[in-house]
Amino acid sequence: MVDCRDAYSKTLEEMASADERIVVVVNDSVGSTKLKGFFAKYPQRSINVGIAEQNMVGVGAGLANGGKIPYVCGPACFLTARAMEQIKVDLGYSNYNVKLVGVSSGMAYGELGPTHHSIEDVGWMRIIPNMTVIVPADSVETQAVMQYSATHLGPMFLRISRMPVPDLLPAGMKFEPGKAVRFREGNDVTLMANGVMVCRALRAAEDLHKSGISARVLNMSTVKPIDREAIEDAARNTGGIVTAEEHSIYGGLGGAVAEIVTQTYPAKMRILGIPGVFAPTGSAEFLLEHFGLTADGIRSAAVQLLESR
Amino acid sequence: MGIMVRKRQTTGDRRDVDMTSSSTIDLARLKRQAVQTRIRSLQMVHRARLGHPGGDFSSADILTALYGVVLCVDPSNPRDPQRDRFIMSKGHCSGALYATLAAAGFLTEADLNAYMAPLSKLNGHPDRNKILGVEANTGPLGHGLPIAVGCAMAAKMSGTSWRTFVLVGDGELQEGSNWEAGMAAAQFKLDNLVLIIDRNRIQQGDFTENTICMEPLAERWRSFGWEVREVDGHDMRTLVECFRAVPFIAGVPSCVLAHTTKGKGVSFMENRPEWHHRVPTAEELHKAIAELEEGQK
Repeated sequence: MVDCRDAYSKTLEEMASADERIVVVVNDSVGSTKLKGFFAKYPQRSINVGIAEQNMVGVGAGLANGGKIPYVCGPACFLTARAMEQIKVDLGYSNYNVKLVGVSSGMAYGELGPTHHSIEDVGWMRIIPNMTVIVPADSVETQAVMQYSATHLGPMFLRISRMPVPDLLPAGMKFEPGKAVRFREGNDVTLMANGVMVCRALRAAEDLHKSGISARVLNMSTVKPIDREAIEDAARNTGGIVTAEEHSIYGGLGGAVAEIVTQTYPAKMRILGIPGVFAPTGSAEFLLEHFGLTADGIRSAAVQLLESR
Repeated sequence: MGIMVRKRQTTGDRRDVDMTSSSTIDLARLKRQAVQTRIRSLQMVHRARLGHPGGDFSSADILTALYGVVLCVDPSNPRDPQRDRFIMSKGHCSGALYATLAAAGFLTEADLNAYMAPLSKLNGHPDRNKILGVEANTGPLGHGLPIAVGCAMAAKMSGTSWRTFVLVGDGELQEGSNWEAGMAAAQFKLDNLVLIIDRNRIQQGDFTENTICMEPLAERWRSFGWEVREVDGHDMRTLVECFRAVPFIAGVPSCVLAHTTKGKGVSFMENRPEWHHRVPTAEELHKAIAELEEGQK
């Protein structure tokens, strides 16, 4: 099992050695963003603005104006919610080349509670014009996404969890933005997931296979721009779509997929996520179980969907 | 009549290039330009039936001084990496900004005539993706200074000598993001950063001091680690000399607290909160132009 934060920070250090435009900006969270190594290696390119997220995002825009490629990193909950207007105006509307890295996203902070959960960020970010939104599934994809990010011109939100996940993708993979990765073929139903939910969707597909149900599994790491073709194909050629994300059921991956399905080939869907509530007290794993964001939760949603047809 | 934009001649320290002393600057020309900026912006507001003339007028002299003899910017090479950066944080005063950018060669008269017209590139608030010469899209307050801090950091990191100027309103400083950025600018010793405060003492609804007391404003910035100079924001010679004296202290960010008058130059507009965003009638427009022209004689 791996922590994707290690992959992003290690890759960023490697990228910085090859491209001196790369700089980092953090809000005091040098440790939780795993950037101690970067700060030690590149002190002149490391900025800690203190506990000040609005300033942090504005500083990112200014650094981009001055020709830098800033990675503005912080816990996803504070980075997005606190600096929302700066993200909309200074990055989206101004269209500045700033990479936002929201770490410890979703409910990874578990017992710390809903103040520290970030289950709205994908919805908020994907509404903003010019913003690209990526939620990698494992450390291999995180590394590939980081390498891609420096080549992409424009603002981007990278959502990096701290929950341990198994590596699923082949080492050295090339990330293709806007392309769903098909992990498993299947025709009865399609399971779409991203981030920490991809490994759970794969386990659900294995369980469904034992019951004679053939499930397609798509890794939807790019939420924006979303892979319209893969979604329409799943709607047309399988019996329905189950989405699973560590995010509110409103506005995230499920919403993005539904927007395409309803306008191309209406098909039955189940949207798994946090159902519009603030989570109760519990560890990250406990909360995923609590909200049915498990292999079994995905499996039973798929079975119910097929039974309801 | 346009502003004569000075081009950067070398990539070296701009102070080596700029040897003109303020005594040889054509102050009369700059003063005339500032009057023209007021007249032009008021015509634009009248035509668009929208705008913020009070703040356009309080900031007109500051903008004219900056674009006239301070900033190294070039409309024929607007994205020159070595250009000075100017960020209009009080983006609602776009009338004065656009009139100044036109005088500096970044916009045309036809552009100004389309101020806020449908599909015009001149939105009510500036858009850098439509107007070369605009560095950041502003409008919501409290955004310009953090961006300016980032610009200044980038210049320091790159070891380049271009400077960053940012103009904020006084009411705008009620936004907390300014103070986040103010702390960072001092911490990072950004002496290539100049904050200009248009201290016209009026915000949208009332006088600042009746809303949220801003005083002691100079002391507040000093206590945040900035070197502050207070100037008459309508005295062209003082403005030019002040902007040319930056950084006031090496290793310290500079703050120019410019005392100004909202609606400056027109008797029935001066110091009247309603002129924050009032649109003049045709009669008021003619009267205002007459007063402004009379005032420059």
